[in-house]
Amino acid sequence: MSASNEMRLAFSARSENEAFARITVAAFVSQLDPTMEELNDLKTVVSEAVTNAIIHGYDSDPAGMVTIEASIVGDTVSLVIKDSGNGIEDLELARQPLFTSKPELERSGMGFTIMENFMDGFEVISEPGNGTSIAMTKRIESKKALFN
Amino acid sequence: MSLQVELEHYRDVLIVRLKGELDHHTADIVRFKMEEAILRGNSAHVILSLKDLLFMDSSGLGVILGRYKQLKARDGKMVVCDVNPGVYRLFELSGLFKILPIHENERSALTSLEVVS
Repeated sequence: MSASNEMRLAFSARSENEAFARITVAAFVSQLDPTMEELNDLKTVVSEAVTNAIIHGYDSDPAGMVTIEASIVGDTVSLVIKDSGNGIEDLELARQPLFTSKPELERSGMGFTIMENFMDGFEVISEPGNGTSIAMTKRIESKKALFN
Repeated sequence: MSLQVELEHYRDVLIVRLKGELDHHTADIVRFKMEEAILRGNSAHVILSLKDLLFMDSSGLGVILGRYKQLKARDGKMVVCDVNPGVYRLFELSGLFKILPIHENERSALTSLEVVS
């Protein structure tokens, strides 16, 4: 199980696709036999990143496309969630807990904080006008390991 | 995957039961239904009953914080009950428990509010 297993997903920046994205990633990762908590963590971070892409990357314009690349190597899941939208002006500010550029939409400003906390590895690459790419990794402590 | 919002008025308390998944897509439904129910029912307090809330992300935190502010402006209180582990973690991480008291079930949540009012 050390060779890489990959999948790629591309979909319109529509809010109804948020559930589709997190359920699809969860289904892909389920082959590692994750715990309920690990699965919930992964679903949550996918939801956060995809929602950011839709609301902030594309200003909710459904013409935009969001892509997810997922890979499994050994017991580690890697996710790259990308948009080619607005990009982030001030990355350091955006990563502050409770900061949001859209308070009028009742955003909590907790998206990046959640992604950093729920995953083992977290990296944002963004350039104004050139989209945002979020790369995250998480080690799945497979339930199978308990029996070995 | 969708979200159901069940509303029940009990004296001056609005009980809101959320069933399903609360994300950016479903947050608007929660916002509009709760906003309207609080105003129309003239509810002083809200109990968020989350036993059947299977998933929530930061969009859920946003809409809950929004209603908290709406109630607070009217001197009302909001409490949560029956929170599952995934949702609990999100509340904890965001510091929401500092402003929202948590109860085991609807009954103890109601009791706490009746002492208050």
